[in-house]
Amino acid sequence: MKKSGGILLFILVLAIVGPWLSPHEYQDTNFGEIFNAPSFAGMHFFGTDDLGRDLFVRTMLGIRITLLVAVVASVVSLLIGVTYGAVAGYVGGRVDAVMMRFVDTLYALPFIFFVILLMVAFERNFLLIFIAIGAINWLDMARIVRGQTLSLREREFVDAARLTGVSTARIIFRHIAPNLLGIVVVYVTLTIPQAILVESFLSFLGLGIQEPQTSLGSLVDGGVNQMEGAAWMLLIPAALLALILMCCNFLGDALRDFFDARKAP
Amino acid sequence: MLRYTLHRLLGAIPTLLLVIVLAFLMVHAAPGGPFDAERALPPEVAANIEAAYHLDEPLAKQLGRYVSGLLRGDLGPSFRYRDYTVAELIGTGFPLSLKIGLLAILLALMVGISSGTVAALRQGSMLDRIVMSFAMTGISIPVFVVAPVLVLLLAVKLQWLPAGWSGAPGAAKYILPVITLALPQIAYIARLTRASMIDVLGRDFIRTARAQGLGTKTIIRVHALKPAMLPVLSYMGPAIAAILTGSVVVEEVFGIPGLGQFFVRGALNRDYTLVLGIVIFYATLIIALNLIVDILYGVIDPRVRNE
Repeated sequence: MKKSGGILLFILVLAIVGPWLSPHEYQDTNFGEIFNAPSFAGMHFFGTDDLGRDLFVRTMLGIRITLLVAVVASVVSLLIGVTYGAVAGYVGGRVDAVMMRFVDTLYALPFIFFVILLMVAFERNFLLIFIAIGAINWLDMARIVRGQTLSLREREFVDAARLTGVSTARIIFRHIAPNLLGIVVVYVTLTIPQAILVESFLSFLGLGIQEPQTSLGSLVDGGVNQMEGAAWMLLIPAALLALILMCCNFLGDALRDFFDARKAP
Repeated sequence: MLRYTLHRLLGAIPTLLLVIVLAFLMVHAAPGGPFDAERALPPEVAANIEAAYHLDEPLAKQLGRYVSGLLRGDLGPSFRYRDYTVAELIGTGFPLSLKIGLLAILLALMVGISSGTVAALRQGSMLDRIVMSFAMTGISIPVFVVAPVLVLLLAVKLQWLPAGWSGAPGAAKYILPVITLALPQIAYIARLTRASMIDVLGRDFIRTARAQGLGTKTIIRVHALKPAMLPVLSYMGPAIAAILTGSVVVEEVFGIPGLGQFFVRGALNRDYTLVLGIVIFYATLIIALNLIVDILYGVIDPRVRNE
């Protein structure tokens, strides 16, 4: 767990600081230096691509955008999931039954295809990608939060709040929500790799982040097209993406076992 | 059992309707029409085209028209592939995708269940640890990373297998796509099998079987396998969805002319009706297969039926 966290932190710092260590810019093309293999001589640590752009700087940008999308999307799913789950759990009764039935129905939907549909129908922009990816991943969160809320609402401090005339909305957000923090944090760490996966999947298909911006998914896509002559274009972003996903999964699993012993395998 | 089946069947219908309405509205809420070209059409022509595709009608009427078409298996014309209907395009691409998907599921079940069982029997051994760390890696690394790296290694560098689809001979071209598609599922199924097998092997009825002097093989085959397979069976729904998603990537990487490729092309060309049709087709497929899994679950585990 410490190792995974350390590697993630290192990658994050590198992605933020990295571009300053290189004399190149992510969007600058240089047709005199296309398909340069990685070397220290030209300061192209990760080589260059088919347009002579420096891949080190582009990869760092890709990591930043991939992580940014993942974090923001996870926050979106957190907001939807916690609100939905807390309301269903707190209000209870028939409302709860209907709300959870709706979640069950949504579970059966192939969300990723809906996101693609959304990308086709609307102009592709950052905001839409955030919201679309966030909207996929809130179902688990809603279920877990509802379960916790069901037990929390029977506790004395909630009764006390109700007796003193605090409104339902205020009880949910001021008294219930803070007590959900531990479990919510765990599930956010598990949501982040899923969001990374969706974003890179979309970008890989050319439906996500658009040029000259980039993400790890679109870098892998670019690498696939050139892999016979320039294997580094594929291997470096692919390895980094795999490393980030593995670290996130290990970290999330470890946190879950730590906070939620019942779920431990 | 009949009641249980009917109950499940009735549960699937609202989901299906929700899918259709949601997908339809999403496409129609989009700014701009499907015929907004670089070069503006004369207004009379634009109006003519809109009338031909019924785009000038109220939304509810269009939805009604679309749903009644769906019931007859008519998904409308493709906006980009001239002279083809969406149903024809799906009919062209799907058989190939189905073949590859089925092979991948079979491979995943065979390898996943056997390696998970072996790992469970030798819990804590070197073999167990190797299988489990392979499984964790397989779960973490997405198909669109595995696919090109395998192509680079096995097809481009070592030249053991063909890299592309067209022109490659016979069965060899299936090997890489099927393995790539199956890998993450193998990993997941192995983990599931191991966990539930360990659980089952610790139960009393297994101890009784041991006490009667039955061999490990018989115990696994006759007593342990069936209850241990329940989590794997309920994972089949998500597995099928994952295989469908993966097939989109695999077909793109290997250049396989299947349904996934039509889907990506359609998405990049903004072929609204094609993408809408394929999303509804995929969703129906997933819902139907989930239904089958649910019913099978009821057959195997009678406790579920009476809930």
